[in-house]
Amino acid sequence: MSDVFLELSHITKYYPGVKALNDVSVELKKGEVHALVGENGAGKSTLIKILAGAVEPNGGEIILNGKHYEKMTPQSAKELGVEVIYQEFNLMPSLSVAENIFCGSYMGNGVIISRKKMEQEAERILRDMGLFISPGVLVKNLSVAYMQVVEIAKAISRNAEILVMDEPTAPLTNAEVEILFQVIGRLKEKGVTIIYISHRLNEIFQIADRITVLRDGNKIASHNTVDVSRKQLIYEMVGREITETYPTRNNSVGETILQLKNVTGNGVRNISFEVHKGEILGLAGLVGAGRTETIRMLFGADPKVSGQFLLNGKEISPKSPKEAVEHGILLIPEDRKRQGVILNLPIYMNITLPILPKISKFTVINKKLEKKMVDQQQAALRIKTPTLQQLVKNLSGGNQQKVVLAKWLVCQGQVLIFDEPTRGIDVGAKQEIYGLMNELCEQGMAIIMISSEMEEVIGMSDRIVVLSEGIQTAVLDRADFNQETILHHASGHH
Amino acid sequence: MKEKIITHIQKYMVIVILIVLMIFFSILAPNFFAVNNFFTILRQVSMIGILSVGGAFIMISGGIDLSLGVQMGLSGIIAAKLMVNYGVPIAAACMLGLLATTLVGFLNGVIITTTNMQPLIATLGMMNIVKGINYIITDGLPIYGIPSRITVLGQGHIGPVPVPSIVMVITFCLGGFLLNKTYLGRYFYALGSNEEAARLTGLNTKKIRIFAYTIGGVLGGIAGLVLMARVNSAQPMSGWGNEMDVITACVVGGVSAAGGEGKMSGVIAGVLIMGVLSNGMAVLGLGEYHQVVVKGVVLILAVGFDCMQRIWGAKVKRIEV
Repeated sequence: MSDVFLELSHITKYYPGVKALNDVSVELKKGEVHALVGENGAGKSTLIKILAGAVEPNGGEIILNGKHYEKMTPQSAKELGVEVIYQEFNLMPSLSVAENIFCGSYMGNGVIISRKKMEQEAERILRDMGLFISPGVLVKNLSVAYMQVVEIAKAISRNAEILVMDEPTAPLTNAEVEILFQVIGRLKEKGVTIIYISHRLNEIFQIADRITVLRDGNKIASHNTVDVSRKQLIYEMVGREITETYPTRNNSVGETILQLKNVTGNGVRNISFEVHKGEILGLAGLVGAGRTETIRMLFGADPKVSGQFLLNGKEISPKSPKEAVEHGILLIPEDRKRQGVILNLPIYMNITLPILPKISKFTVINKKLEKKMVDQQQAALRIKTPTLQQLVKNLSGGNQQKVVLAKWLVCQGQVLIFDEPTRGIDVGAKQEIYGLMNELCEQGMAIIMISSEMEEVIGMSDRIVVLSEGIQTAVLDRADFNQETILHHASGHH
Repeated sequence: MKEKIITHIQKYMVIVILIVLMIFFSILAPNFFAVNNFFTILRQVSMIGILSVGGAFIMISGGIDLSLGVQMGLSGIIAAKLMVNYGVPIAAACMLGLLATTLVGFLNGVIITTTNMQPLIATLGMMNIVKGINYIITDGLPIYGIPSRITVLGQGHIGPVPVPSIVMVITFCLGGFLLNKTYLGRYFYALGSNEEAARLTGLNTKKIRIFAYTIGGVLGGIAGLVLMARVNSAQPMSGWGNEMDVITACVVGGVSAAGGEGKMSGVIAGVLIMGVLSNGMAVLGLGEYHQVVVKGVVLILAVGFDCMQRIWGAKVKRIEV
């Protein structure tokens, strides 16, 4: 092919005991959006790191614009126009949009920075991307979607020719994803080649021109998006047939266990809904709609101003997570690594952390009992690890999520809150998490689930409460579930 | 694989350093390698050893305490003043001295948890407050005339073993027990590793942090009483700078300056390394001033190693993707 712009040719990378990439070749054309898909551990990130110069390959070469390179360094990759936008943003929150965009290459005369010139130039770049953000605004005041846009603008200002996006939509809501896709469209027109990594197949079918599938360090196939079906793609990614439908459950919805009455505070107003035993209540809405904020008040992490929480008919007002946990209200937070698990402690210590006083005598931990409880949870949740002494940071996202779940299951709570339960978790592990949620539900646990993935909310919930800008706009029963209705309410219509 | 090697290096590094130092001094100073000298070292490190247990709790739970040194001065000064000038019975005077440092530790914890202040700054302030109080109580002059019954605590022997060292060993044992066997120790690790996750797991993180500083105060008080008994007086400037010895001993022993990591066995090794260093240099004829420089170098080396090991660790982790 003559129009191949970048070729990763026969790339091989070994780590002691692990074959991260095995003779992987990918060709990219100028101005295309090329999706890289595969489960966690498939080698996507390693491939990207080799392209960006963060990792040296053991074999193969990179051919860019007809020139052959054995390897890249972070500097040479930047000089050649390769820019990567990672999941964690590299922005300085207390500097302005313009200052962030030109970070490292401030404009001006000598050591004196010309703020005006920088802001004008930033505005031009943003306008080219089809966006109007005032370049003087501080980055910390932007929403996540716009922060991402600033990251992209930063890359563009350095004349990026190849832009790698690693799970760019993970923190975005549907509306924000549209903004991103518009930007990607503009970049394509300008001839920027985009490598797009995502777990969300819908998006990939919407945005990608071509798709390359990796599995266990091998390239399985490259397709034109129009030539491949979703089912085939999943089959190639996982290596086996997998049902992508949401698993069914046999739950019987019982009596009301938790009631919110006109809860106000923390940016939300007059939230009222009920949760029953044995049901999954979905909380839908855009980012900033107040879902997490409502839940944090219920969990005692933030104070409420007015309104009531009734648990089994009795009013409770948890003032700290500790009190919420004592009431049996348990939260599986959105940011697993920072809020859910303690990465540097072993699995078993994470699991028994909330109940230590109960398995101790005179503060001395009964280690036999502890081991028994932890073993039980490992078996029940199928946590995959050679030993429970393993540090949690060495586990995959799915297994980390199971550790958080195990931590709460030993507490025997009444209401389990999942905030974005499957974020950053691959297809196979997702199914397992859904299965576990269903099992819990069947056993009579009340579950509240916040999710920004529309399909997940629809597929898993018994009822859905929709919030928009801090106000509750709808409570929907299963019969009324459909994407349009939910979006309609999520964008502020009652 | 690489991570394993790093953890192995880290695990035995302190022991290797200790042995290398001992061989080094034994060759250079012939009178270093003697049973008597070893007991001397044990006695010399006793106070820092006791303090380091408190320092380790605080650092493992993600804090730091610069006031530990002068806390040691405070308990001795209060006890001595009460005994000598007011004729208060020994036991009561000691209890009051202990109570004072416990209160100082408690205040450290309360100030840090309620204002969310950097522990470094909060305890720096507290260090100066206590320094001042020590001056005020003593009027800048040493208090002599400590009843001889209490001096056993600092100068006595049981068999060949100095009493202060016995107190230190008991403190080590209790400290190790608390860290490994009780949930309080588990809480320290959880808090130091990830305070937010610990809080969202339902732990009362403020209470745990206050507890760590309070125990630090208790141990500071005990170390102070031993020191007073050992030098037979209460000095207005006693304990000055010892917080640095404590932090160095802890970090050398593998307690992470970033919190969440550390073992009592490491702390013991760290304390011994510091003791061997001081003693060895003294035997070689290097004065106090040179020792201060060497201790500073050791602190930077130890923290540097800890930080670099973190970078290596992160690299290993990033590779795993």
